[in-house]
Amino acid sequence: MLESSKESLKLEAMKRIVGDPNQFIRASALRVLSSIRVPIIVPIMMLAIKEAAADLSPYVRKTSAHAIQKLFSLDADQKEQLIEVIEKLLKDKSTLVAGSVVMAFEEVCPDRIDLIHKNYRKLCNLLVDVEEWGQVVIISMLTRYARTQFTSPWKEGAMFDENNEKAFYESDSEEKKGHTEEKPYIMDPDHRLLLRNTKPLLQSRNTAVVMSVAQLYWHLAPKHEVSIVTKSLVRLLRSHREVQYIVLQNIATMSIQRKGMFEPFMKSFYVRSTDATHIKTLKLEILTNLANEANISTILREFQTYVKSQDKAFAAATIQAIGRCATNISEVTDTCLNGLVLLLSNRDETVVAESVVVIKKLLQTQPTQHSEIIKHMAKLFDNITVPMARASILWLIGEYCERVPKIAPDVLRKMAKSFTAEEDIVKLQTVNLAAKLYLTNSKQTKLLTQYILNLGKYDQNYDIRDRTRFIRQLIVPSEKSGALNKYARRILLAPKPAPVLESSFKDRDRFQLGTLSHSLNSKATGYQELSDWPAVAPDQSVRNVEIIEASGSDSEEESSESEKTSSDSGKSSSGSEQSSSESELEQKKKKKTKKVPQKKSKPTAADRYSEIPAVCWSLRASFFFPVTTSSFGPVKTYELLHHMTGKGLAAKYHFPRQPCLYQPSMVAVQVILSNSSDHSLEEIHIGDRSPASLSIHCFNTIERLEPEASVTVSMGIDFSDSTQAANFQLCTKEDQFSVSIQPAVGELLMPSSMTEQDFCKEQGKLQGMNETSATITMETANASSQAISKQVLSVANVGVVSSSQNNFSRFAGRTVSSGALVLVSLELKESSTALLTINTEKTVMASMLLRDIKQALTQA
Amino acid sequence: MIHSLFLVNASGDIFLEKHWKSVVSRSVCDYFFEAQERATEPENVPPVIPTPHHYLISVLRHRIYFVAVIQSEVPPLFVIEFLHRVVDTFQDYFGVCTEAAIKDNVVVVYELLEEMLDNGFPLATESNILKELIKPPTILRTMVNTITGSTNVGEQLPTGQLSVVPWRRTGVKYTNNEAYFDVVEEIDAIIDKSGSTITAEIQGVIDACVKLTGMPDLTLSFMNPRLLDDVSFHPCVRFKRWEAERILSFIPPDGNFRLLSYHVSSQNLVAIPVYVKHNITFREGSSQGRFDLTLGPKQTMGKAVESVLVSSQLPRGVLNANLNPSQGTYTFDPVTKLLSWDVGKINPQKLPSLKGTMSLQAGASKPDENPTINIQFKIQQMAISGLKVNRLDMYGEKYKPFKGIKYMTKAGKFQRCVWIAGSDRYYTNRASLIIVTS
Repeated sequence: MLESSKESLKLEAMKRIVGDPNQFIRASALRVLSSIRVPIIVPIMMLAIKEAAADLSPYVRKTSAHAIQKLFSLDADQKEQLIEVIEKLLKDKSTLVAGSVVMAFEEVCPDRIDLIHKNYRKLCNLLVDVEEWGQVVIISMLTRYARTQFTSPWKEGAMFDENNEKAFYESDSEEKKGHTEEKPYIMDPDHRLLLRNTKPLLQSRNTAVVMSVAQLYWHLAPKHEVSIVTKSLVRLLRSHREVQYIVLQNIATMSIQRKGMFEPFMKSFYVRSTDATHIKTLKLEILTNLANEANISTILREFQTYVKSQDKAFAAATIQAIGRCATNISEVTDTCLNGLVLLLSNRDETVVAESVVVIKKLLQTQPTQHSEIIKHMAKLFDNITVPMARASILWLIGEYCERVPKIAPDVLRKMAKSFTAEEDIVKLQTVNLAAKLYLTNSKQTKLLTQYILNLGKYDQNYDIRDRTRFIRQLIVPSEKSGALNKYARRILLAPKPAPVLESSFKDRDRFQLGTLSHSLNSKATGYQELSDWPAVAPDQSVRNVEIIEASGSDSEEESSESEKTSSDSGKSSSGSEQSSSESELEQKKKKKTKKVPQKKSKPTAADRYSEIPAVCWSLRASFFFPVTTSSFGPVKTYELLHHMTGKGLAAKYHFPRQPCLYQPSMVAVQVILSNSSDHSLEEIHIGDRSPASLSIHCFNTIERLEPEASVTVSMGIDFSDSTQAANFQLCTKEDQFSVSIQPAVGELLMPSSMTEQDFCKEQGKLQGMNETSATITMETANASSQAISKQVLSVANVGVVSSSQNNFSRFAGRTVSSGALVLVSLELKESSTALLTINTEKTVMASMLLRDIKQALTQA
Repeated sequence: MIHSLFLVNASGDIFLEKHWKSVVSRSVCDYFFEAQERATEPENVPPVIPTPHHYLISVLRHRIYFVAVIQSEVPPLFVIEFLHRVVDTFQDYFGVCTEAAIKDNVVVVYELLEEMLDNGFPLATESNILKELIKPPTILRTMVNTITGSTNVGEQLPTGQLSVVPWRRTGVKYTNNEAYFDVVEEIDAIIDKSGSTITAEIQGVIDACVKLTGMPDLTLSFMNPRLLDDVSFHPCVRFKRWEAERILSFIPPDGNFRLLSYHVSSQNLVAIPVYVKHNITFREGSSQGRFDLTLGPKQTMGKAVESVLVSSQLPRGVLNANLNPSQGTYTFDPVTKLLSWDVGKINPQKLPSLKGTMSLQAGASKPDENPTINIQFKIQQMAISGLKVNRLDMYGEKYKPFKGIKYMTKAGKFQRCVWIAGSDRYYTNRASLIIVTS
């Protein structure tokens, strides 16, 4: 019964995965199928995953990435096949898929770093647009990747020597000197790309993202760049208690190596009475790490208030911290010691006990001048009941018994009385004290010692019995004891090194920051070690990607995808949504056509970077745009205002040929304003315009433009499909300048994508009046179809229609304002003559466009 | 990643569990209960607890522990952030996030958890997307569902999932188009016993409630954007635009969301709007102590300081307090030693004060702990940092929206050191004064 129902469920799910027209149902079916944890289902699951990984909908592909992990946990033997699917999905360009597939990669084959090479740059560039959870996973994967692929940006020897701030700040000048001899360090452009593209994520609202960027900078960035993460980390301290806890742990580790990073923010780590205990302890840890000669007095004053805290565990931790400051900074040792001695008269036992323990450690570092303190502690001894404190005092008196010759035997006498009632740790120290006194002052203490040793011999605890036996043999001369006896004094009273008071976060840096292992300070299951930098960088050309391949079939797939989306959603989505999906299509189209000229010169790495948008948090779709613009080659720039007439203000403009953000009927114009005067210009804005009906989307007022500075602003102008100039005034605080933008007719168009059939059909509708044509004689250099495309596209913002006939070139566009079709076709005849035909309702535009194109093609 | 989730209430019962992979036995929570017992306060439970086979990461919100079970290495903040997102979603759906609300809506809760995580990896956490997938419960819908047997679960993929603006759903329609922005600022300050400020900083957020039709593209500009020292944005804000022009440009999600949180640097010296005069003394040998506290407004630009609430943790030796408030009411809990005084509005002509005596345990010595004073307050119509919104513009849609901006200042964490007369130099106290301005 169960079997059969499973079987039918399986079949039903499979049917849905393959066939259902609704992508949501396909994805859900896959989720259901992959959640059935039964081994017999493995083959069918594998099939379904492969099917879904090739699905048109990115959402289904995302689900398939999730299913990979499920299948892997069900049957690890499928690894090889799954890796194939992962490899395929890694190539996916959808931001939706990226996070999930990297997660699957981390789960299934984290060591197959070779799969990342080809996708590295893509992942870096997509990063800002990936959903936040995916960002965390991708960043931590890229951190590991970068550690294996790039050379260290840290100078030799400077690695963990960060307390030395001088070196830190002087690193620039030093670098210059050093580099004349050594081979200079040049950061791999890919390394820089990663750092640049993760930086804006520091502003994310998701604390996990901020933390992962911080750890990326910590592990990958040159030392002087790491400090940019400080502010963001401190900001996270305002978040929930649990977030604070993790962030403080990481700051604690960072602050050991890099005091300078957090010192300006010291006050953010002041403890508040409302903090939870573990938060308080962490803050204390950080404050102690940050302490130096300059700020120690402030910190100590702060610590004084903490000692009074009602939270006794915290007060005790504060005393420990004071002790650490005292050993680390010799200037304040005495002050701290006096303060701690005063605390010995505190009424609270834990405070006193902790002070005793810390004083003991401090005295060890400089015992000479402190017999007074030891005497004071001996006096307190009767009132202290905490075993650890009693033991500490006994040890101190024993160690420095020669400085307090009168008190020591008396303390021993008291201990002999109460020996049986003491805790084990106190008993052990009593035996120690007795032994030391026996060696230094045997006249007074011989009997007492023997008494104590006898008591210890019959103690219930075997440690104490053992110790007693050992001490007796060591100090009391007898026939058996032999040679060791002579050295008893040197053994027991050897000078002992002072304990080093260290941060408990000292050794945490062996773990990658931000990880679970770091937080627990022990290796968690599945923790991946961060490898050391390679001495020599592996071949960096492995990351080069053939650009052609990138835009090939995939983009087609995706463009059909977005068509599907809009039809799927059914409800005709609102204006901007639709236009954005349309523009995507067009951009894709353009990209495809534009690949042709690029192919010729094999681009160098630097070229590629220039096309990649530096950071595009701003526009979700923006990673589609810049590729197209830059591929047009140099954009024609026109002068708007000369700096002589503009009293220093100069303006230039060009048409970026992007769909206008503000309104679909507007043409996007980018204006570059620069200030060539010697004073700053204020309140640059757009004033009156003519004709008054002209609709312009102005840029926001620029408050201030410094001399020599320039700023690029974008505006939108609705030319209403006419080449009539748009006149308006460019104003500063003092002046107004009339300027005008006259668009070339080709800029009033936007590309439109259509198939050859559609083109012919539309052309058929626009005959007669709507057709303008001319025969032209072309420059021979322009005869190839590539050259034609190049020339036509330089004049008009239209899209290429793929043509099956060699002697035909077709281009399609729409006017921006009214959306009327503009079809351009060029039929090559023999001996470099050609028939140029333009079909559109806008006859005026047609003739102007004809003239422009003709000029472009005949001149070259 | 996240294997299972257990919800534990204040009395230590597991009242809901959800597993995304195989089932993990409830007994794993024993390690959590152990840690809970060891911690004196509920907040002191460590957020990350290792057990032999699993790791437990927990958050405490609304007196409910959300305990996630992890099996292998994962950034702990990832889990913590996600758990908080779950709580926020519950709050968004049910208005409150209490045990009762979760139990009443257990079906929706499970539906939500199922959609939010797939195999332990977050799938849909945007409130706009979730609301399209799973409709928030209303009385009418619950009734219809009971009768017709249908569910709250949508059948279409939420449009946001695939679009370039995943946080906004499409096809939004309102008859009244409104956009409200609340600028809320909190002051954190520590003030020492002599009244000088040790630290003071301002943290602010801009919460928005946007109900606009279609796909509006908004820009929000400030009069003085340079005040903002460090900011974090909702993903909808175009970062580049902010970097270049200091303008917030964004396509907003539908409904309530936090647009921006910011920090105002300490260079812009923060004026603290309230001052406290205090005189708390204990005399050695006597069983009486004097208590005298006066509040007053300071630099509030004529705005009233409202909803003032003073609370103080008195030393353990205090048996009872016999005080006389000039306005408002006070309570003293002899068990927790918590004194709280609900002052209300401060009238600058007649400053509120609380005077009287405290009785101490007979024979007990003078307490050496000093009381902490927390002060909470609100100031409407003022952002203490002086931040001002310049204008809000909308593009992409034709209608005229109604726009509103509200300012408010609140107390964050405000602490004050109190000097107790007659004590030696170690007897300083820290009181915390919390100031809220709106």
